[in-house]
Amino acid sequence: MDAFTTLTGIAAPLPVANVDTDKIIPARFLKTIKRTGLGVHVFDTLRYDEQGAERPEFVLNREPYRRAEILIAHENFGCGSSREHAPWALLDFGIRCIIAPSFADIFHSNSFKNGILPIALPREMCDLLMEDAQLGENARVTIDLARQVVVRPNGEEIAFEIDPFRKHLLLEGLDDIGQTLQHEPSIDRYETGRAAEKPWMPAISIA
Amino acid sequence: MTARTLFDKVWDAHVVETLPDGTCVLYIDRHLVHEVTSPQAFEGLRLAGRRVRRPEATVAVVDHNVPTSDRRLGIQEEESRIQVETLERNVAEFGVPYIPLLDARQGIVHIIGPEQGISLPAHTIVCGDSHTSTHGALGALAFGIGTSEVEHVLATQTLLQKPAKNMLVRVDGQLPAGCGAKDIVLAIIGRIGTAGGTGHVIEYAGEAIRALDMAGRMTVCNMSIEAGARAGMIAPDETTFAYVKGRPLAPQGEAFEQAVAWWKTLPSDDGAQYDTVVVLDAAEIVPQVTWGTSPETVAPITGMVPDPMAEPDEAKRAQMQRMLAYMDLTPGQKLAEVAIDMVFIGSCTNGRIEDMRAAAAVAKGRKVAPGVRALVVPGSGLVKQAAEAEGLDAVFLEAGFEWREAGCSMCLGMNPDKLTAGQRCASTSNRNFEGRQGPGGRTHLLSPAMAAAAAVTGRLVDVRELV
Ligand code: SF4
Repeated sequence: MDAFTTLTGIAAPLPVANVDTDKIIPARFLKTIKRTGLGVHVFDTLRYDEQGAERPEFVLNREPYRRAEILIAHENFGCGSSREHAPWALLDFGIRCIIAPSFADIFHSNSFKNGILPIALPREMCDLLMEDAQLGENARVTIDLARQVVVRPNGEEIAFEIDPFRKHLLLEGLDDIGQTLQHEPSIDRYETGRAAEKPWMPAISIA
Repeated sequence: MTARTLFDKVWDAHVVETLPDGTCVLYIDRHLVHEVTSPQAFEGLRLAGRRVRRPEATVAVVDHNVPTSDRRLGIQEEESRIQVETLERNVAEFGVPYIPLLDARQGIVHIIGPEQGISLPAHTIVCGDSHTSTHGALGALAFGIGTSEVEHVLATQTLLQKPAKNMLVRVDGQLPAGCGAKDIVLAIIGRIGTAGGTGHVIEYAGEAIRALDMAGRMTVCNMSIEAGARAGMIAPDETTFAYVKGRPLAPQGEAFEQAVAWWKTLPSDDGAQYDTVVVLDAAEIVPQVTWGTSPETVAPITGMVPDPMAEPDEAKRAQMQRMLAYMDLTPGQKLAEVAIDMVFIGSCTNGRIEDMRAAAAVAKGRKVAPGVRALVVPGSGLVKQAAEAEGLDAVFLEAGFEWREAGCSMCLGMNPDKLTAGQRCASTSNRNFEGRQGPGGRTHLLSPAMAAAAAVTGRLVDVRELV
């Protein structure tokens, strides 16, 4: 996973609530066995018409938003299916940060695991950033993770909250599994303890 | 000691270690794996030179992508076949127990977990699928995870998690005739909204929940994720123990008695605190049906398509207008007058034998309306066998329904069963998102009895008119 420190980029406005993961990446594109290559299908139904031609009105089909690295949206972003293909597709398109008033739990956690920073801000703040994003090329938004601020194009700073552990992993580009394996002795102890306490619980064996 | 909820108890029993910031290393008892969300996880293990820590706590099955017509011919769609073959290679390489496609026990991962006794009370259960919440019906803490977490569980048998908040949804009183578990959960989602449970684990309680059989409880817990909750749980009781007893992978004999003694300690203590409490009166519930493209856009079948102009919030109004345009419905239109083209009875929400029975009871002696195509897809091979032993397949076939092999099928349209653009479907599945059942398809969520009623009348209809 790539580390996330600071990011300055174009923010795309997507003023929609309850953007579900079926919308981010429809099920028909889940038949891949890889993590990469899904960017061309991100928001497929919104982005392309029935013939596969781009819908010019969709934000990510317009300049400069084709190069967007930040997405601004409304409430409950990423609801629905647990598919990690959703953050993979966003990342493959180039999105590294999503700002919305709230996120669905699984999407929120999946994002961090792929180096995408989800930032929850009060609706009024999101509305300001949504207006900024409308400015297109002139709307470079900066995310400074170490200082936990979003910097608007006019230089104003908006502070955001983040779980310290998640922040640490993102800043260092660390993967969770490596972290957890440092606790392997505790896991061993837990398993031994459980087996001693409930020796009658069977293991699964599908024959 | 402070009074604890069901969730608190199961959580506490699985904390391996608490890190300084409150994140817990949470032990996972059971891990279910399927073909769509696992290939990248196994690939990650391979690249890092890691093994599966406890293959014997893991079970893999194929369900999302498999055809539900004759399978002896193999899988025709190349990408689906590659995913299935990839899983088969991975389980062989990593020594993970696997239920193959042609095994009678194959089926939707959330149907076979409880069916085989893999899912048990007091256990932590995860799967790379959001409807893992289903297994909470047994009094387990069960939730969906992403592929990175699938890899994490495979490698460490744990997850890094922070405790969720506790939410109590109490459904008092008795359900009226013609209503079932699906109507309860749709009514709950209609009340609290698709983000109502975010950050919470919902415990369902109250007389109407206690009265449900295990199938009904699974239907309710299944859709917890549609209310935004991390998981849904129901305290185990005699109904639960009777269900678990004798399941192939459950503890047997003396071990079962010991397990029951443990499971009886799980129900929430008197005075346990919940962060959020919601109370519904079952007596007021009417058969439910969705009209929009979010599960919270639900109404009684006796109602009408709502009018966006009555919505004061501008953004919400615009969203409603978009939904009605997509669904091709007009404000004020009676829901019971909406004509349908397709019916889908199945999925992890309503693919159990009890659901097949409820649908068959309505279909019996009737005919699928002209121009309507109706699919019945059992949730597992064993559900299919049981239904056939009871003659339900004959009831469906005589009425003109299709009787298929087990799988996810038209719930998400990854296999050949999908809606075409503009088709309208009465579906017992759990998501009515745009394009969920096929690009341009329109989905109305409802109960199995209501779906069968729609099939035989050709429109959305109050099933109580037919019984
Ligand atoms: S039946 Fe539908 S919701 Fe359930 S696991 Fe399959 S695709 Fe997911």
